[in-house]
Order: sequence, then structure tokens, then C-alpha cells
Amino acid sequence: MSGLIAFASTKKGTRIIVGAILLIAALYPLAFDTLATQMDVAIFVLAYVMMALGLNIVVGFAGLLDLGYVAFYAIGAYTIGWLASDHFTGVGGEESGNGVHILVSNFVSNSLGIHLNFFLVLIAAMIIAAVLGAFIGLPTLRLRGDYIAIVTLAFGEIIGRIALNGDEVTFGDYQLTNGQQAISPVDQPYLPGVAYEFDSAFNLRPYYWTGLVLLCFTLFVNFRLRDSRLGRAWIALREDEVAAASMGVPLVRTKLLAYAAGAALGGVAGAFLGSYNNAINSNQFQFSFSIFVLAMVILGGMGSIWGVTAGAVALAVIDRYLIPEVFDDLPSTFGLDFQLTQLSFGIFGFLLVLIMVLRPAGLFPERRRKMELTEGVGTDETVYEARM
Amino acid sequence: MTPLLEATHVSKIFGGLVAVNEVTFDIPKKSIVSIIGPNGAGKTTFFNILTGLYRPTTGTIAFDGTDITAMRPDRILASGVARTFQNIRLFATMSARENVMVGQHTRMSGGLFGSIIRTPKVRAEEKHVHEKAGEMLELVGLSRREYDQTAINLSYGDQRRVEIARALASDPQLLLLDEPTAGMNPQESARLTQFIQKLRDEHDLTILLIEHDMKVVMNVSERITVLDHGEKIAEGEPAEVRKNDRVIEAYLGKSA
Repeated sequence: MSGLIAFASTKKGTRIIVGAILLIAALYPLAFDTLATQMDVAIFVLAYVMMALGLNIVVGFAGLLDLGYVAFYAIGAYTIGWLASDHFTGVGGEESGNGVHILVSNFVSNSLGIHLNFFLVLIAAMIIAAVLGAFIGLPTLRLRGDYIAIVTLAFGEIIGRIALNGDEVTFGDYQLTNGQQAISPVDQPYLPGVAYEFDSAFNLRPYYWTGLVLLCFTLFVNFRLRDSRLGRAWIALREDEVAAASMGVPLVRTKLLAYAAGAALGGVAGAFLGSYNNAINSNQFQFSFSIFVLAMVILGGMGSIWGVTAGAVALAVIDRYLIPEVFDDLPSTFGLDFQLTQLSFGIFGFLLVLIMVLRPAGLFPERRRKMELTEGVGTDETVYEARM
Repeated sequence: MTPLLEATHVSKIFGGLVAVNEVTFDIPKKSIVSIIGPNGAGKTTFFNILTGLYRPTTGTIAFDGTDITAMRPDRILASGVARTFQNIRLFATMSARENVMVGQHTRMSGGLFGSIIRTPKVRAEEKHVHEKAGEMLELVGLSRREYDQTAINLSYGDQRRVEIARALASDPQLLLLDEPTAGMNPQESARLTQFIQKLRDEHDLTILLIEHDMKVVMNVSERITVLDHGEKIAEGEPAEVRKNDRVIEAYLGKSA
């Protein structure tokens, strides 16, 4: 085991191991039936890992505790709901064949409403979520630690409430959201010129591979940002805001960029999941989901990209597979009258406590985060406090 | 010659406490000026005002002809005023080199997209910044094997060196050093004194010092300003200040 770790920490070793994992991940669908539960689980895992990595930029890199990350899942999902479904029926004309269509498949080219290509929607989701992320970040700029958490929590709830009551918010003939009625169906991904049909009713593989590509993109963004001028500025800010500002790091800009980058990745994952779920329902955007994603980041090790990935995979697999599919009937085999799914939050809570006791810095802690925890480095003083 | 930095009637009031009271002060180009005074005289508060961490209650500060009174700390650094801290404030989990690289933040342009795509320009910039950090660390005399050592694991003297390197990396015109020799032995202090003079002579820097070590102050400064209870009580060449009655009184108390 220690030999393996030593191997993994050499540059060549890392490449080989990452390459092997990617290869296994790419070939994974071939091991299962095209509609197998394992495929469905894997697609959710990919989306959750993307969200955890997005949140990792805000919480792990920049040290801004965000309890409202579900807002960006919602924004991403609604973006695809608005731009790739029948939701806005009548835009561009009421008659059959009318509507707005950009680079869409034959399936929806005659549908009413706005239908943009999935990948265009991803870009739109990224932009909208980033703008909203920066906007939500604005009121937290003068705050620190727990207070930031409270404000972001409130924003997460606000977005959730808007989603829920959006069917009452109308402009012209259109509702903002469909509330609990859900916006459905949502268009599937489509690559113009590629004959391969994306249809989650028959084949989950294209979805899986799309998700895998998006995840690789998310990982890439995480690594690049970590090892950049901006990444250094985030660490500096996290450790000592006063010193960072005095050394030329613009606080507002740097913090807002962290929020925006994290939100953009959440938006992409949200749009992907919205399309896969084929329905955007306000019930999906609960506060508990923010906590769920944050738990992935903490479990894996804040700031550690591979750690967060591992933490997200672990929690997602437990949530989507082990509890509902494998061990759901476990209590009844002991003659107990309940399903394990009823206990899932209890199980997550227990796991988190266990991790906090055994590995307080996470499964694969990031070096700096571990030092911050054990050596007590860093200061809470803010420039705004100093600047009164 | 026009002064590089000019503070005019600067006051800072915290609640009922007047920390700095109507201080008018200037620093000529390429000079070494010291601020001394007993503990609590308002020296560090004055530094914090100059670097934008505090906004003065009244008064203005001009640097190189521009008003920097209400500027943000990062803008002030970008305009050419860099500082070190009395209680060392390195980014503890970063290596010495990374600390110095952060110091160059305002001299870089790589943004969000540039960093993700890593354009040739960003790549070249990173390389340059990496090398320059090495040069700065060499300049302050950190031994090469400590470059990639985590800041928190460096010796106290080395941490002070890295802090100076981090400030120098931003290409300042004016360097503010807040008690740079605190905790150093006489040999180290002497070496630092030489280094400060070298910075001025060879790198065209102007230097403002807060210092308690009178040997350093008297040796290195061309002019000394004395603060007591937030007020400027004396100013002049070392020899004059040394003999000033109010200064002696501030340090030693009034004779009965």
C-alpha cells in the first residue's frame, strides 16, 4: 500500500494511475446492460462529482463556506428547462413546426417552444450561474466564516422558494417555473452531424459518456485554477486576508471570481442532470442537497481535488446505490419493520461524524488544509474590519 | 526635490482614542527615514493608514503626486508602496517561493480564462514570476534549499527575509518595514542595516522604517520622526533627535 502511494506521487505514476482510472471509467458502460441500474447510478455519480468539484473551488480553494450551492443546480436545471423544452410554447409561433430551434435533433425539430442544442444550453447555464454566483457573493464580501454560510444558506432557500412558487410568477402567457408540476420533457443531448441518438429511454451510454467528458472538463478547470495566479490568490486570501490585500490581491474581485467559477460548474452539472432527469421539479432543490454536496467536499478533504472526487463518488454511490438498491431490505432480514432508505440521512450523519473523528481533514486531505487544522495557522481578521 | 510620499494632517480616531493626531510627514525620494516612538505611540497605525488598511479620519496622503488616501490596499501596492508586518504575516502553508509569487500578483495579468486555458502568455508569465521569486529570495539571502520550504517551517530570521522578498517582488518605489530587526541578534541586525542601505543605493528604493533598535535607527536613517501618543513630537537628523528634550522625556519620563 505504501509502495502504491509512493508510486502515485511520482509524476509518471500519477499519470499512469489517472490514465487507468479514466480508461476504466470510459469502458465502464460496456460491462452493463444499456439500461442497467448501475448505469443510472453512474450518471448521477458523475453529476454529483461535478457539483462537488464546483463547490470545492468556493469552499476548498477560497475558503468561503457556501451552504446554498443547490441554487446553482437549480439555475443550471432551469436554464435547460427554459431553453430546451416545450415550456415556452408559442415563442416563435403557435403552429406546428414553429418555435425556436438551433442545432437540434429530428426528435424536437418540430416541437413548439425554445429548443437550443444541449451544448449551447450548457454554455448558457455556465454564464447564467456564474453571474448569479457573483451576485450572491456580493453581500458576503464583508463577512467571514459562519456569517458567509448563513447568507449563502438564505440565498439557496430563496432560489428554492422561487422555483417552488415560480408557477405563480408569470410574464405574458408564460410561467417562470412549473413549480411542483415540473418542466417536462426536456431535450436530450444531440451532436449535430453525429448520427448517434441520445435517448435515455433506450440507452444510457451516451449520457454516461457525455457526463464523463463534462467531468473531465470540470477536473481540468479545477487543476488549472489551483495552479494559477488566481489559485495562489485564493489561498492567500483564505489564510490572511489583510496580508493578501496588502500584497496586492484585490479582495472583491478575487472572491467573486471564486463564487462565479464554482457556480458555473454547478450550473453545468445542473443542466446535465436536468436533461437526464427529463424533468425539472422544484422538489429537487432542497436545502439538504446543499449539505449533501458540502458533505462530499468535507468527507473527501477540502481543497484536495482527488479527495473531493473520491468523497463525492463514495457519498453518491451510497446514496444512489448501496442504500436504496443493495441494503434497502437489510432491516427486514433482522425482523425490523422499516426500509434502509428511511435512515439515509442518519447514515450520512453517522459517516460524517466517523470521518471527523478518524480523519478530521478528510479522506485524502490537502496538505495545506491539514496544516491549517493542526498548526492553527491563518487569521480571521478581515480588511473591512480594519478599514472601518 | 518633491517628496515621494506626503502625509498632510493625518489623524485616526478609534472611538474615543486618538491613535494618530494631525501628523504631517514626508519622505524624500531615495531616502531612508525612520519613525520611532514608545510602544503605543501610533507608529503601526500610521503604517496601516499609509498602506490603506485604515482610512484616516482626517488628512490626505499623496504618493508620487497621486492622492492615495481612499485607495484600497491592493491599489496602493500596485502604485508602488509595499510593506512588511511587525508580527510576520506570511502565508503560512505556502512555500517561500509561492509567498513571493503572491507578491507579484498586481504585476501579472492572467485572469480566469487565461488560467484555465493556460495561454502561451500566461505560461510565460508564470515562468517569469517563478524565476523572479527565486531572484528576490536570493537578493534577501535565503539559502537555495529553503526556497520550496513551507513558510511556517522556516526560521524566524528567514521568515523576515521572505517577507521582505515578498514586498520587493511587487517592484515598489517605497518600502515600509515595520520593525524588521525585531528578534534578531546584533550580527543579524547589522547585516540587515547593510541590506537596507544596499536596497536604497543599488535598487533605487525609498525606505521607511519603524524600529526599536536605536543602533539600527541611528546608523541607517537620514531622518527620524518621533511619535508619542499619536503626535509628532520631533523630526530631524539622528544627531538632533538624539538630543531633543521631548524625545528623551517620551522615552525615559520627565525628571522630577
